[in-house]
Amino acid sequence: MFRKRLLCAVMTASAVALGAMSALAQSGQPIKIGSILSVTGPASFLGEPEKKVLELYVDRINKAGGVAGRPIQLTVYDDGGAADKAASFTKRLLESDGVDAILGGTTTAATMAAVPLVERAGVPFISLAGAVVITEPVKTWVFKTPHTDRMAVEKVYGDMKKRGFTRVALLSEDSGFGKSGRDQALTVAKLVGMTVVADETYGAKDADVSAQVTKIRGAEGVQAVLVSGLGQGPAMVTRDYRKLGVSAPLYHLHGVASKEFIRLAGDAAEGVRLPAAGLVVAAQLPDSDPQKKVATEFTKTYEEAFKSEVSTFAGHAYDALMIYTDAVKRAGGTDKAKVRDAIEQTKGYVGTGGVVNMSATDHMGLGLDAFHMVEVKKGDWALVK
Amino acid sequence: MAEFLQYLVTGVTIGSIYALAALGFAIVYNASHVINFAQGEFIMIGGMATATLTAAGVPLPLAILAGIAGAMLVGVLIAKFAVERARNASVVTLIIITIGASIFLRGLAEVVWGKEFHRLDSFSGNAPLMLGGAVVTTQSLWVLGVTAALILATGLFFNRTMAGKAMLATSHNRLAAQLVGVNVRHVVLAAFALSAALGAMGGAVVAPITYSYTEMGIMLGLKGFAAAALGGLGNGVGAVAGGLIVGIAESLSAGYISSAYKDAVAFVIIVAVLVFMPGGLFGRAGTERV
Repeated sequence: MFRKRLLCAVMTASAVALGAMSALAQSGQPIKIGSILSVTGPASFLGEPEKKVLELYVDRINKAGGVAGRPIQLTVYDDGGAADKAASFTKRLLESDGVDAILGGTTTAATMAAVPLVERAGVPFISLAGAVVITEPVKTWVFKTPHTDRMAVEKVYGDMKKRGFTRVALLSEDSGFGKSGRDQALTVAKLVGMTVVADETYGAKDADVSAQVTKIRGAEGVQAVLVSGLGQGPAMVTRDYRKLGVSAPLYHLHGVASKEFIRLAGDAAEGVRLPAAGLVVAAQLPDSDPQKKVATEFTKTYEEAFKSEVSTFAGHAYDALMIYTDAVKRAGGTDKAKVRDAIEQTKGYVGTGGVVNMSATDHMGLGLDAFHMVEVKKGDWALVK
Repeated sequence: MAEFLQYLVTGVTIGSIYALAALGFAIVYNASHVINFAQGEFIMIGGMATATLTAAGVPLPLAILAGIAGAMLVGVLIAKFAVERARNASVVTLIIITIGASIFLRGLAEVVWGKEFHRLDSFSGNAPLMLGGAVVTTQSLWVLGVTAALILATGLFFNRTMAGKAMLATSHNRLAAQLVGVNVRHVVLAAFALSAALGAMGGAVVAPITYSYTEMGIMLGLKGFAAAALGGLGNGVGAVAGGLIVGIAESLSAGYISSAYKDAVAFVIIVAVLVFMPGGLFGRAGTERV
């Protein structure tokens, strides 16, 4: 009997000691951030800069003493643009790496594959993908930094109407982002009085889209064409579009806001319009724009570090990291529920994508004014006035 | 009518590349009964080498030749160190080995050339030609011309030269060919080299249309295999016809049915043909060469 009680006491004592030790260790323990990005595959020109930016800024934060005295430990997995891989890497991050938060999902498909897993595990998740389905309806643990495709479509339709176009043809990619963009384009068209006269699709890895473009060229009364896709696919569409001599103005969504797109499409990109974050036209923004300072500084840091031109996707990754670390500071630790609440309370954060004001009903927090219409002129972005 | 012509032009262009890939499958299959799933990777090597070398300032013809030489070397190495070493294994094992080789080659290409897409300018300018209302790019003409020339040359090689006849003999009866003095092992090496050269040349001419990237060979190779199966595995004429049929079916279904189903339509045609004509369009029904 006595022996049993002694054992009990010893066990309790050691448990208390262990607890104290772990609390002590907590302050110096790394903050584990996991990330699933499409560093290779058809979305590589989005995922690769995202990875570079995360690594660069995690390194900088750690050199400056970490977040609240704790260094960040970053684990990046490459899903190659495949949603099934994204799901298994998410599992790995949650179960064997035991991360405190996940940033990423370069593409909408990868993000949506990860969503059920992070919701079940209860881990803060900030996506870098564009589609509106990610944050609408609002999911407890899921946030995102880029503008939604719905906002992009609204912006594009607004510009079309200003130029007097009401009959639009759609050409969408069979990727998650492409499909979601198409859905939004159809829904918003009804609300703002646009007529969709053709509705075609192409595959992200197709070798040629001449057939689809030919069909669009033949559609009745088409005044403008909107392509819903991301990465390299739209560059191919743009080239085939010019090759077949279609005269209607060509619009893209924000999934191509990278110099890489202009490089791939070459001369064919001239005159293409798309909505993009202020980042790509930082130098052309008026001084009164709140984004100007952040965007200019980020562009400088990025271009000095990597000797290549900045893209909005790099900015999305930067914003996600900043929003998360800021939330950790306010929550006073990495407690997942507290950090989640802190992210939701993000107010007035000025990022590369715009001013972020999150709430319980808005897990993105960006307004339409953060978006700018840009046109490709002489191989560079030009702000459409 | 102009639309129909345009679909046809698009279909024939991409179909010719499928045809070249299918021909590569047929040649290797005849010599060794292996379905070489690394065939798409030969296309990739040709496209990537041409794009990156011309970007580095090498003249186009030289870059293409370098790409072909590189692909042939890789082909011979696969035959020598992967297929030949496992020559006592079953055909299924050999096929799996070629799949492994293709994954290895893609990885290697990512290390050598990087993951990004590479642009290659059209061989002779961007100004398209008009043909009865359809736009034909000069690059499409290059693809058609080069494919036709390669198919003709392959035909001449098999019917007019000793080496070609030796390869044909091997495909018909390996033992008998060996008995009359054909070096069967060299035939296998030559078959891999030849199919690699066809693939690489196809990759070089198609690169300005599709862009080149390390994964460009996957879909082209797969469609090439489908074309080869459609035409009857191991049949040269069948392979070419199969490639054109798959290309045109894809393009017409994208145009007249729905672009969402274009890949499905192509594969459905193949399934239908194989159900009703198990040997393929040009194959001998029901026979199996052992």
